[in-house]
Amino acid sequence: MNETKSDVSLITARDDRPIILETQGLTRKFHQFTAVDRLDLTVSSGEIFGLLGPNGAGKSTVIKMLTTLLPPTAGRAKIAGFDIRGQAAQVRRQIGYVPQSLSADGTLTGYENLLIFAKLYDIPHRVQRVRIREALEFMGLQEAADRLVRTYSGGMIRRLEIAQAILHQPAVLFLDEPTVGLDPLARSVVWELVQQLRTNYGTTVFLTTHFMEEADSLCHRVAIMHQGSVIVMDTPDRLKASLAQANPTLDDVFIHYTGNPLESGGTYRDTSRLRRTTQRLG
Amino acid sequence: MTLQGSDAPLNDWVKPSPFQADRPLSALRQLIRKTLVIAEIEVRKLRHDPSDLLLRAVQPALWLLIFGQVFTRIRAIPTGNLRYLDFLAPGILAQSVLFVAIFSAMTIIWERDLGIIHKFLASPTPRVSLVLGKALSAGIRSLVQVAIVYLITSLLGVSLNLNPVALLGVLLIVLLGAACFSLFSLMVACLVKTRERFMGIGQLMTMPLFFASNAIYPIALMPAWLQILSHLNPLTYQVDALRGLMLVNGTSTYSFGLDALVLICAATVLTLICARLYPRVVL
Repeated sequence: MNETKSDVSLITARDDRPIILETQGLTRKFHQFTAVDRLDLTVSSGEIFGLLGPNGAGKSTVIKMLTTLLPPTAGRAKIAGFDIRGQAAQVRRQIGYVPQSLSADGTLTGYENLLIFAKLYDIPHRVQRVRIREALEFMGLQEAADRLVRTYSGGMIRRLEIAQAILHQPAVLFLDEPTVGLDPLARSVVWELVQQLRTNYGTTVFLTTHFMEEADSLCHRVAIMHQGSVIVMDTPDRLKASLAQANPTLDDVFIHYTGNPLESGGTYRDTSRLRRTTQRLG
Repeated sequence: MTLQGSDAPLNDWVKPSPFQADRPLSALRQLIRKTLVIAEIEVRKLRHDPSDLLLRAVQPALWLLIFGQVFTRIRAIPTGNLRYLDFLAPGILAQSVLFVAIFSAMTIIWERDLGIIHKFLASPTPRVSLVLGKALSAGIRSLVQVAIVYLITSLLGVSLNLNPVALLGVLLIVLLGAACFSLFSLMVACLVKTRERFMGIGQLMTMPLFFASNAIYPIALMPAWLQILSHLNPLTYQVDALRGLMLVNGTSTYSFGLDALVLICAATVLTLICARLYPRVVL
């Protein structure tokens, strides 16, 4: 993990890395309510970028816009040079997406779950089997490949979902709360895999989380969102250094910028969905 | 520096895609291929767990055995040169297809509550394929109903037309009918978004769709206002075509072409509506 850290400073220092994701004034309103307010951010190729914030801060809305599920009300965003509105079809070929809630099909086997997505992403027939085998191996799921997914553990399901999202070797991988509902061991396995993805393939990872520990150990840069706006964006180390107190954690940074975390929280539906996911994965 | 278009390698993984959607022909090929992939999911699920198919066999069996037997005996319904049970058989096939299809979009609500739909929508799959694939899935389930109804009716002595061309026609009409009603179901699911309301509306719709059709009695018996309704009901055209195709002495009111055309038009309109509505279910 220390190795990754030294890597981090390298990346943020190098400005010549191509920008792979860029938003300008990205805004989404639901009637009167502004869920995301004029978001400006850039992510470099090969970076692991974390979007943090309390529940209801607008993180999932940002991800839904970037993955072309939700049209923005105003502003624009480009991924790998393609506009999310005008070139949605091209954007979809460049990205992988693991939604927050359970997205592997429990009534199919692990192999079938991968096969369907290999076909939907137009992976040529002759390489489908090889790619699927590689993905299964990478995620440590070879043994379980022919079992129905409803017999999997929470950690295995998450790994399968990530495998589904990287089969087509995307330029940017979106992970929406990737470790929600996982036990600490399964969580650290996911972290290692994300780091390996970046090391092996140079995949850019854009993730949301509200676990500060996760952001601290995984992300090269983080942006903290609160009530629809990014209030601060930097490397975890620099954010911690900016606080006046001694040995601050990223938790301290988070509370410093977002105020009392107890006052925020998603809607009834968000909460029910989150609990259900937690229940299934746990 | 910002990359423009698809120039410059972004990282090791980005390669020019072999696929080009710009040309209409390859777009159509992709649409068909992806529709089949979505339907393949259903086939694989049924292979893992076919118990649902067997359960579905009970309802048509009960209708034919109880309702059919009784009404054949009392001869209350004028059905021309056909025995009532023969007249009823195509109606019951259409009915069981209707019941399979009208609740088929329940899975959409389930998949939306999980994250499955999100992942499909973020993949390069045309919206029309996602919708048509679901329609075809309901069609595949309905084909099993054909086998069941043919088996029961032949045991009851209905004189079935086993000419291969006629059988092919039956399969086509069943696929089209299933597509119509599963798309209708999909539309409702996209609009109401919750299981409870969806079940309520589904129950509410099956009754009028079934009874305001020629499935269990000729339209001529109906009061004028109901006759108008049943002429607007796609189920009527499905039953009409099936009645001509399934039975040795069966006759249709309309031509096969007209019946098929009505079903194709209804399915097309519903497909276009659903392709618009479907991406909204994740909002």
